[in-house]
Amino acid sequence: MSIQKNRELIADRFGSLKHSSGVCLPALDQKEPWTLEAYRKNGGYQALEKVLGGELDPAGIIEVLKISNIRGRGGAGFPVGVKWSFMPRQSDDQKYVVCNSDEGEPGTCKDRDIMRLNPHALVEGMTLGGYVMGASVGYNYIRGEFHEPYSAMEQAVKEARETGLLGKNILGSGFDFELHNHLGSGAYICGEETALLNSLEGRKGEPRFKPPFPAVFGLYGKPTTINNTESFASVPTILRGNGKWMDGQWFRGLGVENSGGVKIFSVTGHVNKPGNYEVKMGTPFRELLQMAGGVWKNRELKAVIPGGSSVPVMPAEAVLASNMDYTSLQENGSALGAGSVIIMDETTDMVNVLERISKFYYEESCGQCTPCREGTGWLYRIIRRINRGRGTFEDLDTLLDVANRIEGRTICALGDAAAWPVQSFLKHFRHEFEAKIESIQSDAA
Amino acid sequence: MSEQAQFRLSKAALDEIQGELAKYPSDRRQSALMATLRIAQDEHGWLSPELIAEVAGIIGVPVVRAYEVATFYSMYDLEPVGRHKIEVCTNVSCMLRGCDQVVGHLKQRLGIDFNQTTEDGKFTLREVECLAACAGAPMMAIGHDYYENLNEEKIDLILEGLE
Repeated sequence: MSIQKNRELIADRFGSLKHSSGVCLPALDQKEPWTLEAYRKNGGYQALEKVLGGELDPAGIIEVLKISNIRGRGGAGFPVGVKWSFMPRQSDDQKYVVCNSDEGEPGTCKDRDIMRLNPHALVEGMTLGGYVMGASVGYNYIRGEFHEPYSAMEQAVKEARETGLLGKNILGSGFDFELHNHLGSGAYICGEETALLNSLEGRKGEPRFKPPFPAVFGLYGKPTTINNTESFASVPTILRGNGKWMDGQWFRGLGVENSGGVKIFSVTGHVNKPGNYEVKMGTPFRELLQMAGGVWKNRELKAVIPGGSSVPVMPAEAVLASNMDYTSLQENGSALGAGSVIIMDETTDMVNVLERISKFYYEESCGQCTPCREGTGWLYRIIRRINRGRGTFEDLDTLLDVANRIEGRTICALGDAAAWPVQSFLKHFRHEFEAKIESIQSDAA
Repeated sequence: MSEQAQFRLSKAALDEIQGELAKYPSDRRQSALMATLRIAQDEHGWLSPELIAEVAGIIGVPVVRAYEVATFYSMYDLEPVGRHKIEVCTNVSCMLRGCDQVVGHLKQRLGIDFNQTTEDGKFTLREVECLAACAGAPMMAIGHDYYENLNEEKIDLILEGLE
């Protein structure tokens, strides 16, 4: 009843879709793109039909993915084709494909749109993954708060099952694949692939030591391939190749060297049109900013975090000289991450932003490794102290010292993710931290 | 399954749990532990120690395993909460677009701070980490629903629409 009353106030399903290239996001003019019918109308499941019809074997698919140059869309950017080739595909053992839909890196909101607007792309992508890997079961791990995307995925799986696109003997090929959606319960750390596997096994989401890697020892100790939602959802379109079937060159050609294809950028913060923009890799940052309506309130750009809260912050001049691809962002001092572009205007208090980011990692550290468990608390408390006017110049050295002692000393990358913002904020905006410390000292004098 | 378990959870909940168990290999029942805790919480409002023990019994794991999971994940409530849980994101993208006003307005209107429940038991207010709806910042979640692009007027309408 209460939901009925509030229906118009609940977030619009299309609200954040601003630009689509038609790979992972549906065309903007479609009414109900999430239905099987709409997906099929746009070429959906044709890749699966061709593959199961014998046109391409698993090794061939891996080759196409390698040519396409698609890199993992979850943040680490590992080439998908190479990852898929690591699986012991011939082994008779039970194998699994797992999708990481535990989206939660601050600034990232793309997988939510893929699942609620284009869920069949993920179903088809995971099924193709199952075929390549010789896995008969797949799990899609969706973050616990994502009830709407979960429902959309459940509906898509049901439709696919009812039409013989999932289950036993898919399309009469003899290939069996079952796909299950698994809802999490609130923990950023489960976006780390081995924490996700532990969580999927019904345990605390604590990352595992690597090696062994999931391809050897994954879910239930069996060979497992884990990819991000956007990575899986890209696979059907890559194989379709815009009419040039099973080629890979088409997708590769959309992007630039080292960064194949298109990518969804979630542009948020101080812009006029925040939203998801699926554009070609290598798009100049200036162009993306323009698409998002430019900096709001006619203000100047101050800084950008281009890949989610854990990647280094970039001052305006560095990001304005960058293109949105792995190499260019790296050359200019940051990383593409998950493509989560957080825009900050000239009025932004950088100490405040870093305090919030540090609080996040402090809250979300799983507590397993001492440098991260203790260090994230130190970082947060020192930055808060500076921000509240109780900081000293010594604190700045301590901050860097703590950050440097976390980096590279933990089981998973959350520790690094907590350290990088601190290092980069101090590198580029140290004067703002010093100003806060100085103003207090002069007040006291 | 113990008789006690059947006593605490409805037939509908137990059926739902069976559906969850069916997703995993028969010797991997613990994979359905998180879902079972969620279903139990949805039905009872929060996870009491007794309820957690019931869930452990249904899944067939030691109680400490279920308790470990219930305390690790942020969406499980180990204390009673209001009918509507209001979860406001205050992370970077929301902060840049004014979540402070959203938080201030909610606190003032409800007369409570974070992690408190209104006296009538209707609302619990929480600060949460990024809910991955950054393009609709500032945002909040109430129950299963996301509300985005918030302002004070919209918040008032939303709260008035909840029973």
